[in-house]
Amino acid sequence: MNIIVVGLSHRTTPVEIREKVAFAPTEMEKPLRQMLALSTVNEAVIVSTCNRVELYACTRDIDNAIVQLRCFLADYHNLDNAVLAPHLYDYYGEDAIRHVFRVSSSLDSMVLGEPQILGQIKTAYAYATEHKTAGLILNRFLHKAFSVAKRVRTETSIASSAVSVSFAAVELARKIFEKLEDKTVMLIGAGEMCELAARHFVSNGVRSVLVTNRTFARAEKLADEFGGRPVPFAEFADYLPQVDIVLTSTGAPDFVLSAEKAEEVIRRRKNKPMFMIDIAVPRDIDPRVNDIDNIYLYDVDDLQGVVAANLKERKKEAKKAEMIVEQEIGQFFRWLGSLDVVPTVVALRRKLEDIRRSELEKTFGNLKGLDEKERKAIEALTAAIINKVLHHPTLLLKQSSNDATSDGYIDAVRALFNLETPNPDNEIKPLDHFDGEGKRSHG
Amino acid sequence: MSVNLLLFKITLLLYFVATVFYLIDVLAQKDVAGKMARWVLSGGFLLHCITLGARWIEAGHAPMASLHESLSFFAWAIVGIFLLFDLRYRLAVLGAFCTPLALGLMIFSLGAPREIKELNPILDTWWFPVHVSLAFAGYAVFAIAFAAGIMYLIQERLLKKKRFSGLYFRLPALNTLDSINYKCLSFGFPLMTMGIVSGAIWANMAWGGYWRWDPKETWALITWFLYAALLHGRLTVGWRGRRAAIFSIIGFLCLLFSFLCVNWFLSGEHSFRALAGG
Repeated sequence: MNIIVVGLSHRTTPVEIREKVAFAPTEMEKPLRQMLALSTVNEAVIVSTCNRVELYACTRDIDNAIVQLRCFLADYHNLDNAVLAPHLYDYYGEDAIRHVFRVSSSLDSMVLGEPQILGQIKTAYAYATEHKTAGLILNRFLHKAFSVAKRVRTETSIASSAVSVSFAAVELARKIFEKLEDKTVMLIGAGEMCELAARHFVSNGVRSVLVTNRTFARAEKLADEFGGRPVPFAEFADYLPQVDIVLTSTGAPDFVLSAEKAEEVIRRRKNKPMFMIDIAVPRDIDPRVNDIDNIYLYDVDDLQGVVAANLKERKKEAKKAEMIVEQEIGQFFRWLGSLDVVPTVVALRRKLEDIRRSELEKTFGNLKGLDEKERKAIEALTAAIINKVLHHPTLLLKQSSNDATSDGYIDAVRALFNLETPNPDNEIKPLDHFDGEGKRSHG
Repeated sequence: MSVNLLLFKITLLLYFVATVFYLIDVLAQKDVAGKMARWVLSGGFLLHCITLGARWIEAGHAPMASLHESLSFFAWAIVGIFLLFDLRYRLAVLGAFCTPLALGLMIFSLGAPREIKELNPILDTWWFPVHVSLAFAGYAVFAIAFAAGIMYLIQERLLKKKRFSGLYFRLPALNTLDSINYKCLSFGFPLMTMGIVSGAIWANMAWGGYWRWDPKETWALITWFLYAALLHGRLTVGWRGRRAAIFSIIGFLCLLFSFLCVNWFLSGEHSFRALAGG
């Protein structure tokens, strides 16, 4: 059994086309059922986000399945196959596993290390289990992808640094204050980014928020939202000595805070450090304030610089993550390979055992004079013959599971002994169920 | 090679390995290296304790009399105090600044003459180890403040200039470094004060005078005033952050000067020659 991936992403496809092939999350049943109905597809999962649309499938016939899936994607969305084709990529074997592991670990994301993608794949998997289109292999496969993503997250710091401007502000504050719990934030003005940053600060532990605005009513409203305190705009400077973090984004044409005023504030604070974030354009705070000891002033461009530096840092971490992915691929690929051999060996043994049982019954029916000891001996003899006969084929099948010859052997064995192909219903089983069976067949 | 020298060299080797691990942690950003460094350094410290103990038994007096001994003792104190701080702060990057200092002192110590000197009998009282231990404990605490001060200045520069290199990610928050500075000051200053007072008592018992203005005493007093000024400034007018960091760096350089240069080049009761009784 093989895992294949057909799809497109932000790397290969512009948004105009991506939006045309996206699947609506409200109606996943129809495409999943149609995909599973394809003659070559045994299991199906569809991942659809704004940056990628991917079909994961299990098949015995890689080449035809890829063709069918490519057509399915175009046909389902009423697109010309030729238009879509150049944007599509497909993977099978180890490459398919590597691809999905990389996607779930956010190594293929537009923003490296962003956390959403894992949730999106989990949702896709939930749809597939809901509609019973993911079987034994994709179940196991996606669970593995989730655990690889988790390992990447815990063993590298790929997602630890902020890549949004508002979160970068929180991170900088941590580099100055260490703890934010006992700090006070003041919001001057009410820009969207400012509010977002304030929200980040509050969710990261800041308890005390002051809000000021030229329109006092707006300050009151915003203060209510953060559980903070409104301050009249004319008097905000008087409150500055008790403020550790200042966020400004007013529409004022001039500086709201001069260097002289800031100097006085820091003196009254006995040099306790202050972090000022000026998101307004034109700027609200005199840039010379950054030259004052113990005040750290950042404007929008500076914060963007932090984001760029963090992204660079993530790229470094991504290399470690790629190594983790490589380790996990090998392990999963071997499991996948052994999967076909095990049920075949079990079926073969059962077939021979059935023949032995029925022949023994016949023989014992004819030879009524046998005593218990003789019956036992005959039973042992026949069992030994079967074991001896099966010994080498079993060994060969198990050994072949590590290389490409296994499919050929499995086909031959199934044809020669007329073994029925496994019932697809049996294959679609929850994960823990499989584990139990796997143990039994080994024992 | 005597057992003592062997112990000393293994200690030195362990300090070297710990330094390398700490530097790998900081420069290559590998947390594992920092954890290994902590174990190696702790092992080195344990061995160093044994080395000093053996030397004490061999010499018959506290191993703080010669340049070799006091350098080694200084390094031991720095590592010990650092490990204490490490229990609380868990900062590999602090180790990357402190262990090279200890390592440097150890290498220096290895180069100094190792023979055991007879202590001048009038000096050989319990005040000798008490005075020297207190002084060195103070030195070691100030060495941590020195390291934290350098780290503060680097991190402060990076934040002001908005340059986010690897070191930015590795160095702790400014407030953390400043609180280390304050802790060091509030432990180091009493230790240093007690060191000076115990020295005066010891001098009075040996020579019949508390204070003789020998170069070491003068320098110690200058350094003491420096730290006193910083402590006072911190508590009253908020001398924190950059200013505190700079003070700690200057203070420690004064200490180093009074320890090395005064003992070595200038004459006085604190030179090792005087200690050995001529």
